[in-house]
Amino acid sequence: MSKSIREIENEIVEEFEIFGDDWEGKYEHLIDIGKSLPLIKEEFKKEENIIKGCQSRVWLHSEKKGDKIFFTADSDAIITKGMVALMVRVLSNQAAKDIIEAKLDFIDKIGLKEHLSPTRANGLVSMIKRMKTDALTLSK
Amino acid sequence: MLLQENKNKELNVDLIRKDFPILTRKINNNTLVYFDNGATTQKPKHVIETITNFYSNSNSNIHRGVHTLSREATEAFENARKTVAKHFNVKNDQQIIFTAGTTDSINIIANGLGKGFLKPGDEIIVSSYEHHSNILAWQLWAEQNSGKLKVISLKQDHTLDYDSIEGLITKKTRIIAIAHVSNTLGLITDLEKVKELAKKHNLIVVVDGAQSSPHMQVDLQKLNVDFFVCSAHKIYGPTGTGILYMSDYWLNNLPVTKPGGGTIKTVSFEKTEYAEGALRFEPGTPNIEGVIGFAAALDYINRFGMDAIYKHESDLVNYAQKRLAEIPEVDLYGKSEHKAAVISFNIKNQHPFDVGTLLDKYGIAVRTGHHCTQPLMALLLVPGTIRISFAIYNTKTEIDYFIEKLKKVIQLLS
Repeated sequence: MSKSIREIENEIVEEFEIFGDDWEGKYEHLIDIGKSLPLIKEEFKKEENIIKGCQSRVWLHSEKKGDKIFFTADSDAIITKGMVALMVRVLSNQAAKDIIEAKLDFIDKIGLKEHLSPTRANGLVSMIKRMKTDALTLSK
Repeated sequence: MLLQENKNKELNVDLIRKDFPILTRKINNNTLVYFDNGATTQKPKHVIETITNFYSNSNSNIHRGVHTLSREATEAFENARKTVAKHFNVKNDQQIIFTAGTTDSINIIANGLGKGFLKPGDEIIVSSYEHHSNILAWQLWAEQNSGKLKVISLKQDHTLDYDSIEGLITKKTRIIAIAHVSNTLGLITDLEKVKELAKKHNLIVVVDGAQSSPHMQVDLQKLNVDFFVCSAHKIYGPTGTGILYMSDYWLNNLPVTKPGGGTIKTVSFEKTEYAEGALRFEPGTPNIEGVIGFAAALDYINRFGMDAIYKHESDLVNYAQKRLAEIPEVDLYGKSEHKAAVISFNIKNQHPFDVGTLLDKYGIAVRTGHHCTQPLMALLLVPGTIRISFAIYNTKTEIDYFIEKLKKVIQLLS
């Protein structure tokens, strides 16, 4: 049986807890996670799939299979890719309702809340919004 | 020691750093290494105290009252105008107009010229390394008036191709709008070459001095261009304030496009007579604290002298470029010995965002991205660069720390 959003979030928090204050280790781990991101197919790397508001480019493709939503993505910046991979790990293969309602407070717990800041530099906030609106649209 | 004796002697950076309270801040448990001065500079106690003192003792609206406070505030404001005029060697202080900043100043120029002097179909020349603020106002005018923007191309070394400028000029060319120093590359524009061509073809010259004025002596009398603009916050002053210098001719002839209280002699519903001089272009209540803070900032840096500042920052640029050359993964843009305090580079195969994010963890503040020069990025074929920009309080020790951590960051990312 596939894991719930909560369960995956807790898993991630545990993984990052090991690093404590060692931010270098944390980022190395984040970069590693980025390598496991289910990559978006080249044909989906279109203008409409680019998340706006990024210094780095982020592509996101959303699909419905059965009653679950699946995400594939990519980014040209490694750290962004890591953050994107975390979001996909948490929200992909989940029901639309769960995706829309997800609070995602694990980001703060693992000490990466700065990536949610409203500065134009990162599109993480835009991406989360997009994942949720895609889930809503696809579930109709 | 008299202040005059101190001027233009070598900077005592250790002492200077004590004047800047923010430099003791820790970022992620590391001492702040602030290399983002191109975006904004830190403020010395003198500026912070001047503003606090103003609000504590002399705050009042200016040009408007007979009471003591309003007189004191007005004097402080107009003295600030004199200070700025003196700093830039402008004889008639009315030629210094206070605005909200460089971008605001350029908009005032473009809207004024657009109203009175440009005709549909006219052409404006800008450079490839222009900041968006010195592109968009002209582009907007051109779009609305069937005008054309012509762009000065760059040579291989990213300096301007001066020889190509004359080829851009037609009978319809009216203005050259150009950066004195590139905010992304740090390259210093040869304004004499630009002025020569402008004189030959009777063109209006607008100089964006936002990135030059913090780093070198700018003598506007000698420079003798139509318009010069810059921002206080890049010269150790407050935000929300800048200047628009205009020649005597334009002071009397540039159309008003931002009318409002304070700009007039008399007003009736039938007709309004506008004031003469700088007030014509200063509607409403200005950023009084900003203007007074700006003068305090200029007083502060004039203790050291712009020549000493230029020398100090040039040494830093040369040292940083030398140390960056040790790292094979570094791609440097705009290689030159004549740069003003700014260096842009990238790490091969790494996105600038990643490098900047990790450098921040070490307390090092750099800027990454397109630096409001997207056309330049397109020419360099990169999504952005990493930019380090220096000020009077930066040191070679900081550069050494930066290089050490940059090497670590490259390791982490590979």
